[in-house]
Amino acid sequence: MSVLVFAESSGGKFNKTAFEATSFGRTVANALETDLTVLSVYMDDVSPLYTYGADKVLRVNNEALNTSDANVYANIIKQAAEQEGADTVIISLNANGYYLAPLVAVSLDAAYASNAVSLESTSPFVIKRKVFSNKAFANVALNTTNKVIGLAKNAFGVHENPVAGTAVDFEPTFIASKIKRTAVDKTTGKVTIADADIVVSGGRGLKSGENWGMLEELAEILGAATACSKPVADLGWRPHAEHVGQTGKQVASNLYIAIGISGAIQHLAGVNSSKVKVVINTDPEAPFFKAADYGVVGDAFEVVPALVEKLKAFKAQNG
Amino acid sequence: MKILVCISHVPDTTSKINFTENDTQFDKNGVQYVINPMDEYCLTRAMWFKEKQGASVTVVNVGTQETEATLRKALAIGADDAIRVDASATDSFFVAKQLAEVVKNGNYDLVLAGKESIDYNGAMVPGFMAGLLDYSFINACVGLEIAENTATAIREIDGGSETLETNLPLIIGGQKGIVQEADLRIPNMRGIMMARKKPLQVVPAVAAASEVETVKFEKPATKGAVKLVDADNLDELISLLHNEAKVI
Repeated sequence: MSVLVFAESSGGKFNKTAFEATSFGRTVANALETDLTVLSVYMDDVSPLYTYGADKVLRVNNEALNTSDANVYANIIKQAAEQEGADTVIISLNANGYYLAPLVAVSLDAAYASNAVSLESTSPFVIKRKVFSNKAFANVALNTTNKVIGLAKNAFGVHENPVAGTAVDFEPTFIASKIKRTAVDKTTGKVTIADADIVVSGGRGLKSGENWGMLEELAEILGAATACSKPVADLGWRPHAEHVGQTGKQVASNLYIAIGISGAIQHLAGVNSSKVKVVINTDPEAPFFKAADYGVVGDAFEVVPALVEKLKAFKAQNG
Repeated sequence: MKILVCISHVPDTTSKINFTENDTQFDKNGVQYVINPMDEYCLTRAMWFKEKQGASVTVVNVGTQETEATLRKALAIGADDAIRVDASATDSFFVAKQLAEVVKNGNYDLVLAGKESIDYNGAMVPGFMAGLLDYSFINACVGLEIAENTATAIREIDGGSETLETNLPLIIGGQKGIVQEADLRIPNMRGIMMARKKPLQVVPAVAAASEVETVKFEKPATKGAVKLVDADNLDELISLLHNEAKVI
């Protein structure tokens, strides 16, 4: 038995989630007293993974990987698990992870725990996972030989644990893709909610989509992504892809700044996993203040521009 | 085209979440149940296919008798008929096994299910079904068109979206965007009356093992009080975020 992590990369670099999944994989492998293998796609230099505890890295690079059919990926992960005798597979839950993890679980006859935040025990094998839209946790026992763990983003964190790793080329067979990609529409040069350490989010308190300039400025200074509440997306002020909440995106950033958002329970469900929350709102009774770490009672149209100026000065001093 | 929409019966989005029996069971006391919002977006898209392209729409749930009210609501929105697989839904794999059986028996061309439910947030059932049935599968779907045997779907990816083409039969993990919020339908009186007469078939469950067992629920640690900073003293906010929270 061993532990296998699937590590994603994009644009020739490992995603942060690849390091987080490897860090978690190291912890699981240690608890099971076994080795950690990482399956890496598209990357030549896989040495960064050793820093986080990868004993062995399987490198695969093949034209067949250029597909959106998660079945193709699920199938090579299965082959890697079988080749390495891995009974525990760890996949970080970004958009691709959510897509492929259940397929991997079926192909390995494995129980699957998604939105995992920690390993609680190895015998029985118990994973703590997020449930009820971040309002609770459940400890779940996986009662099968093979197991798939879908790791919630930014739940475990990135932890260095350097080992002397080795890399070997992996040459799986590829199944045919059943899905053809005809177009990709991806924002470039902008921090996305999925990758952001900091998210700046606006609500109806901003009165109009035209007032988003100051939020974007704040986001730019902080290297943050912009987001919005549900009414803002429904009113068409901002694109739906920015809607954060129970039926929109889930944010698990280090810092979430909510501006002019009252904090309806459905919105909080989408941001509860963020580590630190700052609320700026004119209404001192806004429910969001109860869920916040820091708050400013004030008019966004005064507070945000002032904060932008102060942050500029702060960044100039602190780099 | 035969469409199956999988309906999860979940606590209303405003429900207070509590647990009983030593934190091993969800406390249903005083909880209102609704169609899982992501399933409702899917159902609404299915209604579009019914009205514009003559599709038939069946809704299905795996659950005990108490979930029938939720299925009736889906019928009131406009589904043609309903199936309830008579079982207590123990884990996602069990549910997916039941649904896959319904799909096989009913020969559906298109299976729509919310990409996750808002209660257990498994985000597993559509993918499990696809794996069990070996059907094409597109998750996080925010747009769907069908022409003859070909589906064109938009999938949300991190930082954008992509347009995909595949053939039926197809499993879709849908979410908001597959229809707009404004397209959602509130059942009218006529729909509710008609729903009472529409067929709701109860079928027995097939044998399937539960793979995941919930040992215990817990709630997050309660939060300390918010630290309020004066709007005229934003330097303090920056200092707190830098020195105390260490997030900037």
